[in-house]
This record gives sequence, C-alpha cells and structure tokens, in this order.
Amino acid sequence: MRTNQAILGWLALLCAAPAAGAADLHNADYVNIQRGRYLANAGDCISCHTAKGGKPFAGGYPVETPFGTIYSSNITPDVVTGIGNWTREDFYRAMHEGKRKDGQHMYPACPYPWFTKMSREDVDDLKSYLDTLQPVRSISPENDLIWPLGWRKMVAGWNLLFFEPGAYAPDPDKSTLWNRGAYLVQGPGHCAACHTPKNLLGGSDHDRALQGGDAGEGWYAPGLTGNRRAGLGGWTTEDLVQYLKTGANPHTASTGPMTEVVMNSTRHLNEQDLRAIATYLKDIPPDQEDGHDAGDSGGAIDDETMARGKALYVDQCMGCHMADGKGQAEAFPPLANTSSVQAPNAQTLIQVVLGGDYMADPPTRPTSLAMPAFDWKLNDQDIADVLTYVRNSWGNRAPAVSADTVADMRESVHEYGPRYKRLISRP
Amino acid sequence: MAKRLEPVDVVLVGFGWTASIIAQELTDEGLQVLALERGEDRATVPDFSTTHIQDELKYAVRNHMFQAPIRETLSFRNTPDQRALPMRQLGSFRPGAGVGGAGVHWNGQTWRFLPDDFLIRSHTEERYGAGFIPEDLTIQDWGITYDELESCYDRFEYLCGVSGVAGNVAGERRPDGNPFEGNRSRDYPLPPLERSAGSLMFDKAARELGYHPFPGPAANASRPYKNPLGVQMGQCTYCGYCEWFGCGNNSKASPQSTILPVLLKKDNFSYRTGCDVTRVVLDGSGTKAKGVLYRDLEGREFEQPAELVILCAFAHHNVHLLLLSGIGKPYDPVSNTGVVGRNYAYQITSAVEVFVDELMNPYMGAGALGQAVDDFNGDNFDHGPEGFIGGGYIALWTTGGRPILQHHLPQDTPTWGAGWKKAMAENYLHSTAVSTHGSVVSHRNAYLDLDPTYKDIYGNPMLRLTFDFHANDYRMSDYLTSKAEGIARAMKPRSINVKKRKPPYSIIPYQTTHNTGGAAMGDDPRTSVVNRYLQSWDVPNVFVVGACNFPQNPGYNPTGTVGALAYWAADAIRTRYLKRPGPLVQV
Repeated sequence: MRTNQAILGWLALLCAAPAAGAADLHNADYVNIQRGRYLANAGDCISCHTAKGGKPFAGGYPVETPFGTIYSSNITPDVVTGIGNWTREDFYRAMHEGKRKDGQHMYPACPYPWFTKMSREDVDDLKSYLDTLQPVRSISPENDLIWPLGWRKMVAGWNLLFFEPGAYAPDPDKSTLWNRGAYLVQGPGHCAACHTPKNLLGGSDHDRALQGGDAGEGWYAPGLTGNRRAGLGGWTTEDLVQYLKTGANPHTASTGPMTEVVMNSTRHLNEQDLRAIATYLKDIPPDQEDGHDAGDSGGAIDDETMARGKALYVDQCMGCHMADGKGQAEAFPPLANTSSVQAPNAQTLIQVVLGGDYMADPPTRPTSLAMPAFDWKLNDQDIADVLTYVRNSWGNRAPAVSADTVADMRESVHEYGPRYKRLISRP
Repeated sequence: MAKRLEPVDVVLVGFGWTASIIAQELTDEGLQVLALERGEDRATVPDFSTTHIQDELKYAVRNHMFQAPIRETLSFRNTPDQRALPMRQLGSFRPGAGVGGAGVHWNGQTWRFLPDDFLIRSHTEERYGAGFIPEDLTIQDWGITYDELESCYDRFEYLCGVSGVAGNVAGERRPDGNPFEGNRSRDYPLPPLERSAGSLMFDKAARELGYHPFPGPAANASRPYKNPLGVQMGQCTYCGYCEWFGCGNNSKASPQSTILPVLLKKDNFSYRTGCDVTRVVLDGSGTKAKGVLYRDLEGREFEQPAELVILCAFAHHNVHLLLLSGIGKPYDPVSNTGVVGRNYAYQITSAVEVFVDELMNPYMGAGALGQAVDDFNGDNFDHGPEGFIGGGYIALWTTGGRPILQHHLPQDTPTWGAGWKKAMAENYLHSTAVSTHGSVVSHRNAYLDLDPTYKDIYGNPMLRLTFDFHANDYRMSDYLTSKAEGIARAMKPRSINVKKRKPPYSIIPYQTTHNTGGAAMGDDPRTSVVNRYLQSWDVPNVFVVGACNFPQNPGYNPTGTVGALAYWAADAIRTRYLKRPGPLVQV
C-alpha cells in the first residue's frame, strides 16, 4: 500500500513537472501569469470548466444546449486528461479556430467564436496561467448530443455558416477606452454568447447583437442596448460599473447565471476595464424591436388579471420589494423601471419566482440576500398573474405572462437550482 | 474511545450570538476557530423564508426551534428539600437550538443595564445601609462597571441595527428617550419603529401620570441598514412573527442577519452541527484545558483539541459542562461555599390586560415594538419605604396578533363555545396588555447542580435546577404590577384584567427564557466562577460567556448585555490573553 502511494506520488510529481517548468517565476513570467489570471477571470473560464462539487477548472460541467448536453473539458495542466501537453500553439489554435490538439473540432458550447477576437499575447498569457494550476486527473463524461451532432465534423459546416475567425480590430474612430471595452465584451467576456439571440442552429444573430438572448438552463439574458425599457438606456456608466462590481445597483440585482458571472468574473476586473465595458455598452443604440420601447404590453391586460396579480403581490412580495416596487436601498432590488423585469421574455422572472435565487455577495455586499422559492406555494396562474402585474405596474410595460409558460418552466426549475451557489462550499 | 481530531486554536461550544461575535473577533486575529453546535444548520433562506415562517402551530406551539427535551433536559424542584424530576416538555423557558441559537427566535428587545445594576450590593449598602439586604440574598457586584462596558454595548447595537431613541448621549438628556439610562457615546443606529396604536395610548397615559415613556430599543430594523461589517438588513415589515420565529426579511438582528454572511466566508472559521459537547478535557494538573469531547448525532465520540476553549452555549449548558468537567468548585448551599451553579436567577413577569374601545390593529407588530417606562427599574426610585431590592420596566409591546397564543379575553369569558367566540370577536381588535419585566435577586437556595438520580442520554448526571421566587421578588413584582395597573387605568379602558405573579414558581407555563447565573463573573474567586474578563479562575484557557455570567438578574431582557459581554471577552482575549496566555487577573 505504502509503495503504491509512493509510486503514485512520483507519478504526480512527474506529471506536474511541465507545469512547474512553465510557472518559473522570473519577472517576465510572473507578469504574464498574472495577466493570464486576470484574463481567466475576464473570460469566466471557471464557471463552465468546473463541475458541481468538482475541482476548479477540471471540467465535467454539463452545458445544456438545444442539441443535447456537452460536458466542459478539463483545462488543468494534467498531461493525460487536461491540457498539460498542449503547446501554446495548440492552445491558440483552440481559442482562435475552435480546434483541439488532435485537430478535431470543438463544439461551440465553448465560446471560441468570441475568443477568436483575443490577441495572441493574451491567449499565451492565459495558457501560462492555466499551466500554474494544480493538475487534476479527471475525464469529463461523454457528450450526449442528438444525432448526427455526435460527429464532430458536423461542426465544420456550422463554422462555415456562423464562425469567422479573426482577432479584434480596433475602431480608429473610437476612443482607446471604447476599444478596450469592445475587446473585453466581444472577446474574452463573450457577453454575446448569452445576450445575443440565437438562430435555430444555435448561431448568434449578429443583426440583433446584444438585444437579449438565451442564457441556458431556462434563463433569459436581457438586452444590453440603449433600449430604455428592456436595455441599459436608463443606466449611467456608473450604474454599470457598480453592477459589474457588486451584482447590484439602484436599478436591479443580478440573478441566476449573471450572479455567477459577477462573482467569478466581472468583480475581479479593475475599475478602468469596467469603465471601458460600460463605455462600450452605453454606446450601443437602442433596439426598437417589436415596438417594445413604445410601451406595448403585447395586447391589453384585463383589469381582473391586474387585480389578482396585485393581491398576490401585496401578500407575497411587498415585504421586501415594497408597495411602490422600488425595493429597499442596498438590500432588496427594485422591480419598477427594471430592464430584466420588462424583458420581452419573462423566463428569468419565472425562474426566480419558482426556484428562488441568491444575490451576489462580494465583500462589499456580503449578505447574499435571497428570494425564497414559491414553486410549492403559488400555482401557474398565480405566478403568471403576479408577474403580469409586476411587468405592468409603476410605469413598467411588458407582455403578459401566461400560465402555460410558467407550467413549462416548472418542469425544469428543480433540475438546476440556483446556479451561483454550486460553487460555494459551506463547511 | 473518542476519535482525536486535528487541533484548532479555539473551539467554541455553541453557535449562537456569543459564539458568532467571538468567532468574528478571533478570526480577525488570525486564529483558527471552530464552533460546535448541538442543533441543526439554519440560514435565512430557506429556513426562515417569508413563504412559510408565519406558522404559529409549528414554531410557537410545537417548539420547532428549541432544545428537544428528549435529547437534552434538566431536572427541577422548587426547594432543596424536594426531590427534583426531569422536565419532559419545555415549559417556563425555551432554550434555542441550532445555528444562531436563541438569537434566531428572540424578539429583539435590546437593553442596556443601568450603571447601578453592575454595583448592586455596594450601591444598595451605600444608599440604604448594609442591613437593607437580607442575609440569604447573595447579590453581588459584577466586577466591571457600565462605563467599561459602554463601547461593547455600542458595538452590539450597531451590529444589530437597533432602532430607538437615546435618552442620554454623552450626558445630554433627550426628552423622548429613557432619561434613566447610562451615558451612551452616540445615538442608536436607526430611528424608532413606527408606533403602534397601543404604544401611543400607553405613552399618553404614562405621561399623564408623570412617568417618562420612550420607545423600546428594538433590534428590528426601522429602515434598511448596513452594519459595520457591511452586512445588509431589510426594513421590518411589522409582520408580527418575531418571537419563536426566524426573520425572513433580514430585519430582526440574528447571527444570520448580522455576522454569518461575513464569518462563514473566512477560511479560518468552521462549524459543525449536531454536536453535543459533553466535557472540557483537562490535563493531569486540572489547570489547563486540552480541548473538548463531543458526540455527533450517530453517537460517535470525538476529541477536539484546542488551545482555547470558550463556552458559548445557553446558561444551563455552560454550567452543566463546568460541573461535568470539574472546572471550579461546585456550589454547596448548606455550607454556602463553592461557586459553580451559584446565583442562578430568573425573571419575574406580570401583566395587566387592557380592553378598550379604540381599534388596536394588533396584527401590525414587531418583537420589540413598544413603549416603556423605566421609572421603577433598578434604583431609579427610592426603595427605602418599599423594603425590597430591584425593579423592572413596565411596557406595552405590540409584538403581534397571532391567532392561537396572542389574544386577550376578559376575565369571565367562557373557555370554549359560542360565548368564547363572541368574546374573541369583540376583543381581538380592542385589546392589548401592559406588562412588567422584573429583576430577580440571587438567593442562597436558587442554584444549579448535578442531579444525584437522573442521567442524560450519554449517562452523565442531569443538570438539576433548584429555584423559587422569594419574598423580595414577589414584593417587587406586586409593586411593579400596581404601577402597571395605574397606567392601564389611565388608558381609560372598558375593562382590565390584572395578572399578578403568584407563588410558587411553576416551571410549566411559559414565562421567559431569561435564565441567568451559575457561572457568575466577579472580582473574588470565592464568589465567582470567572474573572471580570469571563476567564475561568481555575483553568485560564477556558472562558465562559453569556447570561450565566450575571451575578443576579436585572429588570431587563438580557441579550444586549450578553452581546456586550461577548465583545468584552473577545477584546480581553485579543488585547491581553493572546499576548500573554495565563490568568488575566491575579488574586
């Protein structure tokens, strides 16, 4: 037994050797590694490359897509199951072209269509950082995809249609700050992966960039354009910076996967970069799609629905969100004039009501205030009515929510649970 | 054979208010701290969620949040000549269990004791002469003064976001606050809660009688609040479900709503639940603790080594552990020697129910929403002609209008049937109560020791409580009740119902969970278990913290002082003990 352990120990050391070599902490390397760490945060690699209860970056997290489940890969420097034997060239090709070391296509569940924008220098630094991680021997489960997508060559066709490799080209007419923001948003931050609508084949609809899209697992990512109602039109640059730093601002609080993004990614970015992101996003003109900005509620909402919704709101919601929908400063988020509340798609709202959710809890807002789950207490019609009321009160305007939509989501809400909390290990 | 675990710097027995405060302070000092909690893990969401917490049957009637007597109880008798019997159901007090302890289900009444309370014996002898104190009363000074504890009170109040009106800021008296209170360094962190109809009537009546009413200090946030640790609290919704319930709105201060969001994220803090600590393990000399022994829910025994052992459990449990572990000399009432278990005290309460024509809106309530007068507390009045020591506050609390336990009915109402229903319908919205909250002096025959007959589930002798109210307590309570009746009558009611406390003390009906003493603090090892820094006189790496340190019980709810004492002990450990481990007071 002891001998076996000794052998295993030596093996582990041998396996770790390349990583240790790469992590040679001379000045230049140290700077590159720290830049890489920062970029790993900017890209939020940890969120998808960590399984529930698993070791960080060791992969195995199931990414649910309309085409089946894709398990994230192990990106620790383990030479057998991770990327320990990948060269910088290999890694750059993966990030830039979406190809693995063996030349096979990666599935675009990994956001290489955005990472392709990253500079060679940044990608190399990212690899330098990943090489310093503790190698973890862990093989991700086999993907579970609908036929014929299990055949990786199919991705080549997808790439032809929806993927254009190429590093970010700065816009000379815009400021350095704006260009830095565009690089972070379009490149490592891959914001559009969730916030841009997708077509039937899962490709991003670039004509409707950042107008709101599917964030997976039943969450809707609201629009980030200048739309005053369902976008960022009502936010100042300061509001955006505060949101990305803490997960909350006077307008709203993050929910679901965005809380994970704030906790694992954006809050670690420096003030200058957050300002850059905000500057870029604030420059996106408002989308006017579906006449949504004009206060269209998608059909008249009858008084009876509003009355039922209000009664439910008073009983169930008012204690925290207050009668005027303005929430409580620094504690519970407002619902009035909130873009996520008025999003054309109410999925996120329904998720939060059904399953509850925790707010981001960075050191400056440590509480992790939470909304309890109402799935056991309110039926589909109750939830539809109260959300229709919330979406059309205090100046809010948005399409009514139907009981059928709630019913559809009720099925899946327990499958996932609050996402951010999966990375929090309580003792 | 106990399994020996990895050592830690500090092990805390219990994980309620005192453990949370001390853990927060000592982890800031860089120490590795572990808390062992007998109850279950609890968080605001999902455990106290507003979606389900307002369940009176589950929480207030069926005791969901409290110590389970089937697992841990004590035996009781009124006098030393009786044979004690084990309590098989909770009665006059309900100790909390679970993470957050009783800090989860309390009301939030957050008082400071009066400066004279800390000097009760010397002050009483000075003002009324040595002969004024009957021989069998074992009241004594605390070994610290109010002024020494002031900054600790302040820290606890700002931690909790207490809502109130100060009556004495740096010597300046404020007309709407409590004019009798000790000097405070600054205002309460939050303004008082919205006044209830009953509070306003009480205020008017008390003023007419020349008293000095003020809003009760409430750890129920009147506004959204961010405490000095950065923890955010929501505004109280006046839902009326404080006492016996956890707060789902993060409005009532509890460890969960004020400290744990910061503490639980620290790498040098951990806690385990379902752990019954049964011994403090001493070395061969009996003067140094090596750690604690505990059992998990499966009955497995573990030894947790630690450099510092801090007892932060409920008063009874701390004393029980000291007795089982052989720390300090057990108290013997016959020879009046020994200290552990000595000076157990309780609180004496009474009420005057008031039935009025006005609409009282009882379901708009909060645990510490009320108006009080302190004119008859401590030594705020001349005791000379009255012939008793101590006092209490008189208050009208609007804690809620829960259907099962929080209604008042006139005296001659039938106990069931149509008559009961009619009276309920007529009085639910038109009734309230003026209550008194009185001190209990320590007495030679009120104490805790090990039961010679009954054993607990681990085969250890059960803790035995010997207690009765004594003549001084009844005289005081009757006096206080007569003043409460005066206020009630000044409210111009259609009727009142005076409920005096009658002898003997019964452990069956619920009264209060303000059990104190048994591990008194003090300056003299012959009359105290711990020194002024709450450090054991006998085993210097053991500290004992909580209401068990009170040498007698003043006329206030204890939590404010318990919280302040936790900061006081933590400061002593940080600034004195860690620099030079050993006795902090030489005698």
